[in-house]
Amino acid sequence: MASKEYSKDMLKNFYSTMVRIRAFETKAAECFTKGMLAGNIHLCIGQEAAAAGAMAAMEQEDYMATTHRGHGHCVAKGGDTKKMLAELFGKKTGYCKGKGGSMHIADVDGLHSLGANGIVGAGIPIATGSALASKIYGDRHVTVCMFGDSASNQGTFHEAINMAAAWKLPVVFFIENNSYGVSTNIHSVINTENLSIRAKAYGIPGKTVDGTDPRIVYEAVKEAVDYARAGNGPSIVECKVFRYQGHYCGDPAVYRPKEYLEEGMANDCIEKMKKVLLKNGVSQEEITAMDQAAHDELEEAYVFANESEYPDPSEATTEVYFSDNERSVVR
Amino acid sequence: MSKKMSISKAIGEALHEEMVRDEKVIIMGEDMGKMGNVFGITVGFQEEFGMHRVYDTPISESGFCGMAVGAAMRGIRPVVELMYDDFITVAADPILNQAAKMRYMTGGQATVPMVLRLPMGAGRRNAGQHSQCLENMFCHTPGLKVVAPSTAEDAKGLLKSAIRDQDPVIFMEHKLLYAKKEQVPEGEYTIALGVADVKKEGSDLTVITWSRQVYFALEAAEELEKEGIHIEILDLRTLVPLDWDSIVKSVSKTHHVIVLSEEVKRGSYASEISAQIAEELFDELDAPVERVCGLNIVSPFSPTLEDENFPHPADIVKAVKKVLNK
Repeated sequence: MASKEYSKDMLKNFYSTMVRIRAFETKAAECFTKGMLAGNIHLCIGQEAAAAGAMAAMEQEDYMATTHRGHGHCVAKGGDTKKMLAELFGKKTGYCKGKGGSMHIADVDGLHSLGANGIVGAGIPIATGSALASKIYGDRHVTVCMFGDSASNQGTFHEAINMAAAWKLPVVFFIENNSYGVSTNIHSVINTENLSIRAKAYGIPGKTVDGTDPRIVYEAVKEAVDYARAGNGPSIVECKVFRYQGHYCGDPAVYRPKEYLEEGMANDCIEKMKKVLLKNGVSQEEITAMDQAAHDELEEAYVFANESEYPDPSEATTEVYFSDNERSVVR
Repeated sequence: MSKKMSISKAIGEALHEEMVRDEKVIIMGEDMGKMGNVFGITVGFQEEFGMHRVYDTPISESGFCGMAVGAAMRGIRPVVELMYDDFITVAADPILNQAAKMRYMTGGQATVPMVLRLPMGAGRRNAGQHSQCLENMFCHTPGLKVVAPSTAEDAKGLLKSAIRDQDPVIFMEHKLLYAKKEQVPEGEYTIALGVADVKKEGSDLTVITWSRQVYFALEAAEELEKEGIHIEILDLRTLVPLDWDSIVKSVSKTHHVIVLSEEVKRGSYASEISAQIAEELFDELDAPVERVCGLNIVSPFSPTLEDENFPHPADIVKAVKKVLNK
């Protein structure tokens, strides 16, 4: 249960972020299914509350690193859905000018997003390095590192968290545990009920919370962010969430029991949040207006992405290097 | 004015000068702080610059290389050392997938101004996991610059440039060169990346090489001079970007080429250079390009076996005569 009191505006912000994420993912899925997007996309439909809650706990200037399933974090951090969708389309107006795609959206200087990553677990040391930079600079920025349950079994998880703990770096390790690494159930490859218990081994705080309520996520992440900002070092926050889709868009996810999805849908974070809003004096009209605004925003983003131009083929050989690019690419 | 110092000392001086010049320069790696590095390169650094600039890392190569990438994306300039270049296999992802690709995949947003220092090479009887020359792995990967100096002067000047460079630079140091004492100019200087150096002029054949093999080529040249054969030795110093203009100039003069390196021959960077010359300078060649490299074997332990595994001056002499048909 959420323990704090929330203003109407804050509750509406949670909800608005969540429906914007779902609208983005739904539009992306629609475009992918129509064959408009190349490659693969990994959707976070069902996991929106985790992104909305975590990002609300961060300051604008705080840094984040995310994963292949990172659209939601980017939207919640304030990402421009036009530039995001354009990146999924591989257009030159995308965040990475079409050079990264769905799994690599970054906005280093603007959103302070160090980017999504195509290698599971690779973002953990990168985020920890960002926290090291903050410690060296003596700035007050915290880095929040988002990753899934499966990344917690990569060696980078141990190596980076160990160093973050030893050197008290301002970083929060935020695990979205949706129980599946592609088809593999997390409990078939670990021997504990939760992942956050590993925090004990590093001598840092760790907790597991319900990831379907943005208020609960917010409170857990806020505590961890404040703890890090105060110079106490890292924490692990694990959120239990549901991944409605398969691993990638189009994956029928036959490896999951139907009860998984049933439980997820019964706990749908957006439906639950709607009830919270109504109970706290937000009108149905206001809710409908937020739904409509998210829908309209994504329609606009779709037109923008669809009508944007592809990068000129000559761009293929640019930006490999900062200096001496041409010579370094030619041979 | 110049002073005599070992190559390891010259590397240490470059690190020291850059740390004094720019407080964003930090050092990370195993035993770099308290012990001052297994080759003594950073002795006293931690006392002078503090714990927040010289990190004794745990044995977590993947972790601290990845952290260097993240810190570099935030404007820190980490100079990271892997105790042996062989250890890149456990830090392959942060270097080959992250550092190298970050700029491109973010559409030019991110810069990763880090240097990865890699002691490399055979000859210390350390067997197959502590003796490799892995230039090919790094040169193959777009996004990395690769430097492999042979002299103390070059090592110092190139390392300073590498630290100031905005791209990730792989800096390969041959372990058997560390103790070599040479003249180094007094005072502040840098050497630009991507510029080869003609170590010896000659008219009959060009030996293109780098790192420790430069010295073996010089020894071979002395031998060959006695027989009236004058080879030119081109020390590439930087492997990526490649100083093609210097290669063209030399090959157009001598019309005979050997590419010499300590790498495993198969798939080596020497092979790549050889292929480029064959493709683009065919009309200049009077004989096929010859590669002189290590064998396609695991670097052995026993001295009699290990010495079989990298080119010696006598091998170079033999190869030169073969190419010149003498």
